[in-house]
Parts: sequence; structure tokens; C-alpha cells
Amino acid sequence: MDIFLQQLVNGLVLGSIYALVALGYTMVYGILELINFAHGEVTMIGAMVALSVIGVLMGAAPDLPGVMVVLAGILVAIPACMALAFGIEKIAYRPLRKAPRLAPLITAIGVSIILQNLAMLIWGRQYVSFPPLLPTIRFEFLGAHISLLQIAIVVLAVTIMAGLWLLVEKSRLGRAMRATAQSKEVAQLMGVNVDRVISATFIIGAAIAAIAGVMVSAYYGLAHYYMGFMLGLKAFSAAVLGGIGNIAGAMLGGLLLGVIEALGAGYIGDITGGFLGSHYQDVFAFFVLILVLVFRPSGLLGERVANRA
Amino acid sequence: MNFGKHAISALSLALALALSGCGKTEDAGNIIKIGSVAPLTGPQTHIGKDNENGARLAVDEINAKGLELGGKKVKLELFGEDDQAEPKTATIVAQKLVDAGVVAVIGHLNSGTTIPASKIYHDAGIPQISPSATAVAYTAQGYNTAFRVMANDAQQGKALGQFAVNKMGAKRIAIIDDRTAYGQGLAGEFEKAATAAGGEIVAHEFTNDRATDFNAILTSIKGKSPDLLFFGGMDPQGGPMARQLKRLGLNAKLLGGDGLQNANFMKLAGADAEGVVASSPGLPIDSMPGGPEFRKKFEAKYGVIQVYAPYAYDAVYALVEAMKRANSAEPAKVLAELPKTDLQGVSGPIRFDAKGDTEGGAVTLYEVKNGAWQVLETVK
Repeated sequence: MDIFLQQLVNGLVLGSIYALVALGYTMVYGILELINFAHGEVTMIGAMVALSVIGVLMGAAPDLPGVMVVLAGILVAIPACMALAFGIEKIAYRPLRKAPRLAPLITAIGVSIILQNLAMLIWGRQYVSFPPLLPTIRFEFLGAHISLLQIAIVVLAVTIMAGLWLLVEKSRLGRAMRATAQSKEVAQLMGVNVDRVISATFIIGAAIAAIAGVMVSAYYGLAHYYMGFMLGLKAFSAAVLGGIGNIAGAMLGGLLLGVIEALGAGYIGDITGGFLGSHYQDVFAFFVLILVLVFRPSGLLGERVANRA
Repeated sequence: MNFGKHAISALSLALALALSGCGKTEDAGNIIKIGSVAPLTGPQTHIGKDNENGARLAVDEINAKGLELGGKKVKLELFGEDDQAEPKTATIVAQKLVDAGVVAVIGHLNSGTTIPASKIYHDAGIPQISPSATAVAYTAQGYNTAFRVMANDAQQGKALGQFAVNKMGAKRIAIIDDRTAYGQGLAGEFEKAATAAGGEIVAHEFTNDRATDFNAILTSIKGKSPDLLFFGGMDPQGGPMARQLKRLGLNAKLLGGDGLQNANFMKLAGADAEGVVASSPGLPIDSMPGGPEFRKKFEAKYGVIQVYAPYAYDAVYALVEAMKRANSAEPAKVLAELPKTDLQGVSGPIRFDAKGDTEGGAVTLYEVKNGAWQVLETVK
């Protein structure tokens, strides 16, 4: 039982991170029907920028409490990623908005590769380690070990998701986003500045990605230039699982995928008697993706098309 | 008009002649090309660069002293290539080096890349000396071109398995390997030796050499309450694994091979590296016959030694000594001389057995104490 609970905790933490990254995919898809493959790399850049800031701060002000240093890292990473996403949209996607859908998709893959290589040039090819700044407080709950960091990740993720939900459902910008998602032309006729809404969508997604990036690197204690690739693929799978274009779906998909992966990797060896091992961990995400595409192509919550944004 | 045309063609002809002449005087047998292959991108970059630097140090030294083969002054040139630690890339890079006309290759770093590449070098009849590939399979293929200057996994895994049970008192042992030729091979040899020494293997889980999340498999292992966890793999996985092990409250000692025994592991594992035990083939650098001197030379040029630099350095010397005995850089003649190698290298005496393995390679065990790798003992 304690083992099962521990796997559930592992999965929820992983799933919260997937969900945050998935939000960026799903928001952009909802509005532009574009799969922004560069989004995983934006997450990576967020982690790298934060780590650089943390490194500088640790040298300049060694007396600062660790939490403050990490917070400062996040606060710099967010605008950096926002600016990056704004630039990507403006340079790489906007000129192609009227082009066939394949063109921006390929551009997105190109941007992803460019960002990876850029990060490799700036931060080097090695793993960058996350300094031990955060308190390592652990709680035991029914035999499962839960760290303060894990709780912080889940709480922060849920808060962000709730905030985004409110933004999309209740604010003027949110209404404009929903309107643009339904029909760009009509929204434009109603006086919505579509270009600005699209930029805002990219920027919001990037801000969330920056936070997710810092979470990942703090959780695993490291960051590297290609960390965004697999994370992006998993988050994309999560978005499809929940129904791409649907915000609630991305949250649900992310959490589900995290839990499926943890339980799958944890139990597959025992269940199949060692025939299939835990190295199939990464396969689960894509296995689930295929199942969903076969049996429910629009995703778990993918029906309410009008609700997407 | 006509005159102009002639002038131009004459000029270009002259230029072409001059250029080709230029190439000839530079190349003509005076430059001996040696390949060096290791991952220079990806998570193992630091170790790959370390290998290349070790080889480069030796090449620069030999060039500075001057090398004469067959009565002609020659110059060594090192071609550093990147195999990304990918078996697929390794074969492409190997073919590229063969096509470029290298006479020998120092590399590759990983067993998983060294083995597929060894076929290409063997087919081309080019000697290959790996400074760091430890998988048994590498020299077991019957290639007369495959050599290594480091103890293999059979020697290392055996030492680790016996040490785990006899010295660390492990009874219930869990194993994780990264499914690479190195990790899988080492874990296999470890398992054999640990079982033979009376340890019980309670779990054998797998990961890959790109993973960073081991929570799920560590939790599953925790359910089997082992007192020792053996990891067959490299530091980019071992570091985070050490952290997650502590965070999950899994009270098992982490034991690893030479893939963990380096400076980067300490950085990635942070405070959780404390108490981790890992082995490294050969002697600790400072106990090597030429260790302290090598450290001085290397660090003046390239900074901290990761792991294998002294072996890459020795591999180059073993190769050049064979060239000197053959009085030629022709691969076939060098190959005939390599098995007769008897060199007092930086890392210790280097002699090859019939398969191309190093004779009597030592294995040293280290433990992290007070934030640094401390020697526990050396097993012969």
C-alpha cells in the first residue's frame, strides 16, 4: 500500500509538470490549430535562464535565503521566456499564418532545433546541476515519503491552472481568446485585435512553461539543453489525451499521464514477470496516446469544441 | 579579348598547379592521421572531451619531441570526432575516419559505440585502441585490430560483486542498468559475482541513458527492501538517481562502476553523493606510476581530469611505440607489432593478451566521504 501511494505521489508530481507544459500546447492549438513543437524548448530555456540567475546570485549574495534565490531565478525566467515566445510567434509563425498548415508545423520543428542548439552554445553540452538551495524537508504519510518540494510543485501547479482557468473564463482577454478560437474573422469584426490575442496566448503559455522548467530542474536537480524535447513530447501527448485545444483537458491529461507512467514503470516488471521491464517507462505515454487516438480521437474532454481557447 | 581569355586560363592553371603542389608538400607521407572518437555532445561530453584531451596531450608531446619513421620526419595529427554516444553515429564516424585515411583510432569511449565501430576498423585493417570501453564483448569478437588499455567489465563486475557481498555485507541486492552495452554488461558480471558470493538479487530494473526520472523504479525497488542498489550506467543518470534514492527514503547503499566514479557525479548528486561507492579500473591517478606528473601536465592545459584521460594518453603511446618498432605507420605493420607492446604507461604497465585485453588490470574501489572520492582499496 505504501508503495502504491508513493507511486501515486510520484505520478502526481510528474503529472502536474506535464499538465503545465501541456497548457501551452493546447492554448496555442486552440487558437491557431498549430502544434507549437518549440514549446518544450521554451520550458528548457526557462530552466536554463533561471539556473544562470541562480548561479550569479549565489556568487553575488551568498547570504540570501535559498528560496529567495530560486524565486528570483523564476522571476527572471518568466519574462525571458515571454519575450522568447513573443519573438518566435512574430518571426516564425505570424508570416505563415495564411500558409498551408504543414508549413508552420515544420517551422515549429525548425525553431525547436534552433533553440536546442542555441542553448547548447550558450550553456554548454553538459548537464547543469541545480544547486541545493531548497529545504529538503520530508514528511512521511502512510509510509510514503513526500518532500516539501513535491507539495510545492503540486500546489503551485494547481494554483496556476486555476488562475489560467479564471483568466480564460472570466477576463476580457479570456473572452477575446475564446472568440478568436471560435473564429478569427468574426472576432476581428467584433473589434478583437486578433494579433494581440495570439501574442498574448503565446506569452501566457511561455510564462507557465518557464515555471514548469524551473520545477523540473529543481525536482531532478539538473537541467540540460535537450531536456525540453522529451518533456515537450510527453506534454503534447497529455494535451492530446485530454483533448487538444481544451484547457481542462490538458490539466486532466497531464495528471493522468504522470500517474499512468509512474504506475506503469513501477509495476510492469512485476506484472509481466520480468518479460517487460521498467525501461518501457517512456513508452507508456505514447502507448496511451495511440489508444486515445484510436478509440477517442478528440481526446477525453475534446468534444466541447466551443469551450476551447 | 583573346589575349584576356588566355591570360585567365593560364592564371587559373598556374593557381591550380600551385595549390596542388602546396597540398603535396604538406601531406606526402609526413602527416600521420590518428582518429580519436568520443561523445563530444550530449550528457557525456565532459568524459568525451577528457579522452580527446588525453590523446591530444600525448600527440602534442610526441610531435614536440619529434618522431622519425622509416628515416623520414613525421608529424602526428589527431582527428577528433563526435559519436554522440550513439552506436548509429559511431559507425558513421568510424567510416568517415577510415575514408579520411587514418592509420589508427583511439576510441571509442562507450562500449556501445566501440563494439559496432570495431567491425569497420577491422574490415579496414586499422588498429583500434579503446581507452575506456570495458564491455567484455569488444575484444571477444576475435578481431586482431581491437585493443584496450583498461580492465574489462568481467574484471570490474567481479570485483564489485565480491566487494558488495564480502566487504559491504550486502544480502538483498537490487540492480538497475541502463541497457547500454556497458551498463548491461557490467550489471550482468556484477550479478554473477554477487550471486556466487552468496548475495540475493531481489530486483533487476532498467532505465536508459537519457532518463532523469527514476522515482517509479526506485519506489518499486523500495517495496523489495534491498540493502544495496547497484547501478550499471553513467553519472548523468547516477547523479539524479542518488538524489531520488535519498528523497524516497530508500535505505540502500548505492554502488556503481567507473561510470559513476568521476567529478561530475559529485556535482549532480550534490550532498546525496555521500556514502556512494564506485569502482574504477586501474589505479587511482595519484597512485599511478606516472600519475602526479600526468596530472600536472594535463591540468596546466585542460583543467580537471574526469576519468579516462591517462588511458587515452597511454593508448597513443602504445600505438606510437608500435609504429616505432615497425618503423612505419602502415596499419598492417603496426598491427603486427601491437601485441608485443610492453610499455610503462602513466596508468601502469601495458601489455596485451591474445584477445587485446590488458593483462592483469587492477580495479580500485572508492567511496564518497566528506564530499570527495576516497580510495577504499585496490583489487588485482
